[in-house]
This record gives sequence, structure tokens and C-alpha cells, in this order.
Amino acid sequence: MMRENIMLIYQTYPYLINGSIITIGLVCGALGLGFALGVPMAVGQVYGNKFISGVISLYVWFFRGLPVLVLLFLFYFGLFTLIQLNLSAFTSAILVLGLRSAAYQSQIFRGSIKSIGEGQMLAALSLGMKKYTAIFNIILPQALRISIPGWSNEYAILLKDSAITYAIGVMEILTRANFVATRTYQPMPVYFLAGIIFIILTYGGVKLLNILENKVKTPGYGEER
Amino acid sequence: MSKLSKNAKAILRVENICKCYNTNEILRGISFEIKKGETKVIIGPSGSGKSTLLRCINQLTIPDKGSIWLEDEEVTQHMKDINRFRQKIGMVFQDFNLFDHLNALRNVEIALIKVKKMDKKEAQEKAIEELRRVGLEKQAHLYPAQLSGGQKQRVSIARALAMDPIVMLFDEPTSALDPELIGEVLEVIKNLAMGGMTMIVVTHEMGFARSVANEIIFIEEGKIIDQGTPHKLFTNPDHERTRKFICKIAELYGETANNK
Repeated sequence: MMRENIMLIYQTYPYLINGSIITIGLVCGALGLGFALGVPMAVGQVYGNKFISGVISLYVWFFRGLPVLVLLFLFYFGLFTLIQLNLSAFTSAILVLGLRSAAYQSQIFRGSIKSIGEGQMLAALSLGMKKYTAIFNIILPQALRISIPGWSNEYAILLKDSAITYAIGVMEILTRANFVATRTYQPMPVYFLAGIIFIILTYGGVKLLNILENKVKTPGYGEER
Repeated sequence: MSKLSKNAKAILRVENICKCYNTNEILRGISFEIKKGETKVIIGPSGSGKSTLLRCINQLTIPDKGSIWLEDEEVTQHMKDINRFRQKIGMVFQDFNLFDHLNALRNVEIALIKVKKMDKKEAQEKAIEELRRVGLEKQAHLYPAQLSGGQKQRVSIARALAMDPIVMLFDEPTSALDPELIGEVLEVIKNLAMGGMTMIVVTHEMGFARSVANEIIFIEEGKIIDQGTPHKLFTNPDHERTRKFICKIAELYGETANNK
């Protein structure tokens, strides 16, 4: 029995490893999209006028308010079909997870921006800097550094949420594990292997972000004096 | 002080500045002017509107009423162009407001590069020169978190000076410092005054005010109560209130108003 399980794991792991490449692509795409949208959203929410920050709040409220599975179905079977956007399950998953992650990421960045305080902004303006120059050169470089721990949380959560794209048939780790399990009637070793892969990916990504955090740390900052 | 000619033109003119926050009147019609090379010291109890007044001068706070003139141009009429004026008005804040992610050198040079569009090499030379002026060229590569309070404030003075301002505003530059660090900052400001910089300084340091100010302005509840030479305000103010305030502050900071 033990031997059989090991054989099964041995036979299926290349198949699951290929799935983890899909998962990594999905997570990177969604995190990237979330970052690209989340940063300007945070800036808009903090520095924008009432209208801009209102629209962004509405967006955040929507994407944080719905379960990820509802969002996936709503967009993949609903909206994308309705507007005859012919997207693959993989692309749709990146879009939905990315749009959702943008809502969460924007709040991570917003918190960081607010923690910097208005003093440095005033100093920059008093030197004759334009507001956006100050945001790009003074505020964001600091806010992004502060955001890394929160962002690594978002990575870990998004990685595991990505398994839910199984529901629309993205060929990621869980979908593949499920195929094998139903075909072999051996769910235990297969799901065990899938679990191991998820744990390794989480650990590796968080570790990488940890290294990045230390690498870009401002000297002397946050140390006791 | 004698080198100032009586008829020199005002470099900065503040006319009838008013500012309200909701129903709270912070400034109620403040007017004064400052000539080239003069140092004016503004004193007054906390909440009297001193900081708001300084911020109205470079429009970090937009006044409700009144006008600001820099040389011959009305700043309050050229809000689209405000960054041109702000470059000429250096500002030093109570809590330094250094850019925490940049070392001392980068703190000083960033506005030269991003605002004055200087090339990197030129900006760096200028920044080092300004750091030398405040005695910190050896600390150029240290980050704000690695500097003492006094050093931070001197970097922030160098940062403002690098823009070659024609007038400098100091908003309680020593109030956030440990007592033993105040001296080094006041020394830098004194040297600037000696070098002919035009300055408006909000401070509670009466000894400093007495030694560098051409004029002291006493503000309370958003109005100028008293103004005049240090000698006049320390010995013979128009209002009893001024005398009381000066006595109280001098007592607090370990100096009596009467010693010379």
C-alpha cells in the first residue's frame, strides 16, 4: 500500500509540477495587475478629490464584499460572455484575481502612505516640487518599502485562493490533482503532494519577499537608538 | 544692522492675511514687511497662528483673505505658478521633515535635480557645499535615522539653502530638540543672519531673538499685538501682555528678560 502510494506520487508529480507553473503564472499575473492598479488607487484615495476617492472606495467595497468564487462566476460566465469577450479560463482568472487583489493591495499601500505623515509632503512642496513629483520621489519609495510585509501576506493569500480557479477549469495544481484522484481512486497521496507543493510555494515566495525587504531597508530606519 | 539702509525695498510683504478654520479665526489681518538682509522674529503663545502665518507666506496654507508680495510680484495672484515662488522661499520645519529614505546628501540634492533640473554632478557639488556650510559634510552619507536631532535640523537647513532662496522661514526650528542640541542649530541660523540672509524666525529662544532680530513681532490670537526692536520689546513694550509673555518665556528658558 505504502509502495503503491509512493509510486503514484512518483508518476504524477511531473503533471502536478506543470500545474504549479500555471499557478505561479496565475499568481504573478494577478499580483502584478493588482500592484499596477493598487498603487494608483491608493494614491488617488489619499490625494485625489472627493469624486476620485469616492469611485475608488466603491471599487474596493465591491471587490472586497463578494466571495472570490462569486466574482469568478460573475465575470467568467457572466460579464465576459455577455460582452462576448472570448477569454481563456486562465486569462479570466488572472483578471478576476488581479482586480480583486488590487482592492486589497490598494488598502495596504494606502495605510503605508498615510503612515508617512504629511510633514515630508509639505517639505517637498516648500522646495517647489510638484505634488506628483513628491508622490513619486518622496512618498511612494517609502510607502512601498513599508508595504512589503503586508504585501507578502497578500501573496500568501492569493496563492492559496488561486486554487479556487479549479471551479472554472484552469489547469492549475488542484485541478490536476483532482483529475488524478478521480482516475486512480487514490485521493490521499495526490492531495498530499498538492499540499506539499503549495506549502513550498508559499514559503519560497514569502522568503524571497523577506530578502527583498532587508535589501531595500533604509539604513538606521526602525532600529532602536 | 546698521548696514541696512532705511529706504531699502521690501523683499517680502504680507498684507492683511486672514485665515479661518471653520469658525475658528486663526489669523485676523496680519500685515508686515521685511527688507533684504533683515531678520524678523515672531513670538507668541502656542495656537496664536505663528505657524499658520508662515505657511500662508509660501501658500502651503491658502489664506482666506489678504495678499503676499515677493519682490514685485503678488504670490497670491499667481497660484498656477506657485512652485516658482516656493523655490525662492526656503522653509525649515519644527520636526525637520527630512526625507527618511534618502541620505543627507540626497536630501539636499533631490530638489536641485527634480525642481531645478540640475545635472547630477552639479547638484551633488552644490549639495556638498551646502552641507559644509552647516558643518555636516562628513555626515553626507548618513541617513536621517542615523543623525541626531540637531544634525537633522542642520540638514534640513542645508536642503532649503540649496535652492538659493531669497528669504528663509523658520518654524520653531529648535522646539523639537534636546536642550544640548539647540546651540548648534541656533549657531547655523545666526551665521546665516550675519551673512545677510533675509529671515523670518518663529521661536521661543529669547536670547537668540535678542541677539539676531532686527525686529520682534508679538502675535496673539491671530493679531499683531506689539512689534519693535528687541530692545523696545524687552524693556518697554507697548502692551502689558507682551511684557508678561516675554517674562514667562524667558523664565521658562532660563533667562530673565532684563539681563543684557
